[in-house]
Amino acid sequence: MLLFILRRLGVMFLTAFALTFIVFSLTNLQPNLEKLAKSEASVRMTDDQVVSWIANNGYDTPMLSRYAQWLGVLPGWVKTMEDGEVRGRCIAKGADPAAAPRYCGLVQGDWGSSTVFKKPVSEVLGRSLGQTGWLMLTVMLVMVPTALMLGVLSGMREGSRTDRVLSTFAIVTTATPEYVSGVIFIALFASATAGLSPLLADWGWISGKTLFMGTATSAMDDITFWNFALPVMTIALYGIGYIARMTRASMTEVMTAQYIRTARLKGVGFTQVVLKHALRNALIAPFTVIMLQFPWLLNGVVIVETLFNYKGFGWTLVQAATNNDIEMLLGCSVVAVFVVLVTQLISDVGYVFLNPRIRLA
Amino acid sequence: MTDTTWDPSRPILEIENLSISFFTRLREIPAVMDFSCTVMPGEAMGLVGESGCGKSTVALAVMRDLGKNGRIVGGKIRFKGRDLTTMGDEELRHIRGSEIAMIYQEPMASLNPAMKVGAQLAEVPMIHQGMSKADAWALARQIVADVRLPDPDRIINSYPHQLSGGQQQRIVIAMALMSKPALLILDEPTTALDVTVEAGIVDLVKDLGHKYGTSMLFISHNLGLVMDVCDRLCVMYSGEAVETGNVVQVFDKMRHPYTQALFRSIPLPGADKNARPLVAIPGNFPLPHERPPGCNFGPRCDYFEKGRCDAHDIEMEDVPEGDRHQTRCLKWQEVDWDAPIAARVAKEKARIGKVVLKMEDLRKYYSVSGSAFGGGMKKVVKANETLSFEAREGETLAIVGESGCGKSTFAKVLMGLETATSGSIMLFDENVQSTPITKRNVDTVSAVQMVFQNPFDTLNPSMTVGRQIIRALEIFKQGKSDAERHARMLELLDLVKLPRAFADRMPRQLSGGQKQRVGIARAFAGGAKVVVADEPVSALDVSVQAAVTDLLMDIQRENGTTLLFISHDLSIVRYLSDRVMVMYLGHVVEMGTTDQVFQPPYHPYTEALLSAVPIADTHVERKRIVLEGDIPSAVNPPPGCPFQTRCRWKSQVPGGLCDREMPPMRDLGGGHQIKCHLAADILARMEPVIKIAAE
Repeated sequence: MLLFILRRLGVMFLTAFALTFIVFSLTNLQPNLEKLAKSEASVRMTDDQVVSWIANNGYDTPMLSRYAQWLGVLPGWVKTMEDGEVRGRCIAKGADPAAAPRYCGLVQGDWGSSTVFKKPVSEVLGRSLGQTGWLMLTVMLVMVPTALMLGVLSGMREGSRTDRVLSTFAIVTTATPEYVSGVIFIALFASATAGLSPLLADWGWISGKTLFMGTATSAMDDITFWNFALPVMTIALYGIGYIARMTRASMTEVMTAQYIRTARLKGVGFTQVVLKHALRNALIAPFTVIMLQFPWLLNGVVIVETLFNYKGFGWTLVQAATNNDIEMLLGCSVVAVFVVLVTQLISDVGYVFLNPRIRLA
Repeated sequence: MTDTTWDPSRPILEIENLSISFFTRLREIPAVMDFSCTVMPGEAMGLVGESGCGKSTVALAVMRDLGKNGRIVGGKIRFKGRDLTTMGDEELRHIRGSEIAMIYQEPMASLNPAMKVGAQLAEVPMIHQGMSKADAWALARQIVADVRLPDPDRIINSYPHQLSGGQQQRIVIAMALMSKPALLILDEPTTALDVTVEAGIVDLVKDLGHKYGTSMLFISHNLGLVMDVCDRLCVMYSGEAVETGNVVQVFDKMRHPYTQALFRSIPLPGADKNARPLVAIPGNFPLPHERPPGCNFGPRCDYFEKGRCDAHDIEMEDVPEGDRHQTRCLKWQEVDWDAPIAARVAKEKARIGKVVLKMEDLRKYYSVSGSAFGGGMKKVVKANETLSFEAREGETLAIVGESGCGKSTFAKVLMGLETATSGSIMLFDENVQSTPITKRNVDTVSAVQMVFQNPFDTLNPSMTVGRQIIRALEIFKQGKSDAERHARMLELLDLVKLPRAFADRMPRQLSGGQKQRVGIARAFAGGAKVVVADEPVSALDVSVQAAVTDLLMDIQRENGTTLLFISHDLSIVRYLSDRVMVMYLGHVVEMGTTDQVFQPPYHPYTEALLSAVPIADTHVERKRIVLEGDIPSAVNPPPGCPFQTRCRWKSQVPGGLCDREMPPMRDLGGGHQIKCHLAADILARMEPVIKIAAE
């Protein structure tokens, strides 16, 4: 068991290493660096100025050595400017160069600083991950139970009317991407001039102008049903359909298994057959899918956070990418790899507990 | 739990003119028609018939679990006087599991894989008697001990996959007995198990039946088993009961042509092939929607009379002087039931020629990894150990043993699907031991062919029969042109006695026996010299088995083929083989001519194996030797003699030799070899297992 987890962690480090290297080399392509220089200093810089900005900020050393610096295995660059100012990777603006450490990289726990947010990457990442964490948690709390319930309800009596209705619902939601459902929801529930809200306001059923809020910015400080419902629903709905389909398939299969007949012919009532005999067996397959949804959610939040202006991980990623914020992007990559592989680890270990036929060494 | 209003002298189960149909989009398919039977308290009723005759449907109808498409369209099922056909769900639920319990064919599939055995057992009294959890578990433990499972405390805390097949079936039986039901339905309870395990289960079922006074409805296709277990039986054919009565009466004085044909088509280990040849039932089982008018068995019946048997539906008729003996035949009074079987044209035995296949000291080991995540110690499974034998031209060598004894591994090694770990395989003086099949030349491949166990899976479903045989001819480089190969294909169809029109049919249009014939034609396409038949008839119905077996023997006789016949069915082995090799846990424990192996002295394992085979003949007396426990795992075989853990003769060997040393292969004369420590005088004193009682 321990060996297995260690091996998984090893794979995780390797993947993170490879991914960050790819992101690093792409963001450090010459055009990207020029773009960074213009956005950081001045858009109207001459080409010479751009070159000197790149040199002054340490972007002119070989890429591999800069990657190693980011990792913290090579000492950070140090340069003395023409005006006598000593600049360096590890020297904060205005700080004493002599007191600065030689190495400052991932190994030392320094994630670098974001050029867009003008803050250390770790601080930005920590804050935005916290925000996204709340969003994801709420989504999972809504999505997983709903999806499992829908799946089990439609799977336990295959071909019944309930099954057909629920299956149609599940297919429709899976077929609607977040950027479509998000826009529809805003139009339907969060507009003061269109959709349901004006009607409800007319009837006096809601006190405000809209049923839900079209932006989730205020949710960053204080989560309420009013400002958080729409983003959560947009992400959850997509996953609900998917997980429900998987659960249904697995449930219908289990319901035709011989041991279900055994249970039925033992005199177990239908509800008990479903809850006690079928459910655990039926959950084995969807469990992996549910765990796969976590990394998929990272994907979904990019769209939804931008759409609802919720400054979480996805929004940060979009900002970093549009502004070629190298160290921010690298940080995001590491986090993404970590989330994917840790959820997979949890899914593998959890699988063993659900399915007694698989044993850990 | 007995109903107070019910009079115990009345039948516990009465089925009256029951008709069941399945409804598909196209049509209504009648599965069971006009079926009646009664089961008295404490009585064991056997339902016998081939697959598709509706016997399982009857069982499920009693449980009222026919699925979405099945419906009872007529008749009554009275259990303790109450009509089950009109009962509501809630009432049914109280009867299921508490008064009527069922035991299923596949024990592994019938147990919930994610629930502990104890929890599954304890559930029954918790539902029906409202027992507390602790009491129910205590009862479960007691019943587990009752079904003679060792270490009940460990068993109730394990999951089904941690038990062997025989143990799982005992758990299913325990589950059925948890609330002391009045009626037990057993649907082919031992079909998925090995013979020695089957013997143990059958003994258990009989004992428990006596102990608790439970009535039984025993469904099986195995007549021998029914004779062992049941008091009465009912023979079914194509949805109808054709004959019913007391077991002894039906076995000795059958009054329906189908019953007679069924008995004539099964080999009995007591008789040899010349005195009692197998007679296959001609034709095929009618499909449910293509049943003939009048008597369903008419088209296949020797006594069929046109205009009379197919005129109208036939009712059950009482046979006088019988114990509730009934038959569904118009001509039962006219047929001479004691007429001997028409003498078969005596066929000369194939001449046994030179050695074509010689194996010496063959070993095959597999290494398996210890755990699901790749960690753990590597373990070695010794699938075959020191296998040595010769097979000659025109000879039939049977390889017998239970599952896991290494007989299929042996076949794979011979075919080249696996390569041996050590030893040599000489095929026509050529060593093929370490040549995998992909590297063998066409001649060798076409010379060694295989007939597979399951004809349903071994034919490509999207290729016509003719095309599949031609494909084999192409691969074996037979024939110069397409026309020549086509002609050869038609000849092969003639050889396996299939109509030439079958060349254009798809496998799904063929019955099991016909598919197996195609499999045989394919195997012989390249003029095979050695044919490995891996349980070629075990997936087929008994009435077809005889025909396929005869076909194999005919082809062998004509071509002088060496046939390696792998089987667990000793009756059929005795019927067709010249020599027999008995395997246990990768070792050959006995080898000799058929007569030598089937007569004492036996290897103790052969003795147990012979005694475990149920025989459908009331004149045969056999000794019951029930082996304790299961076959040890090949990963962790016992030290010394592989059979010592279950051997009943072990105490006769002095000095604990069996625990320590692997017995040497001893020659008892005449090529009869045996791997046993028993002294010669003890072996000489062994009694025959099967005795034919004097008439």
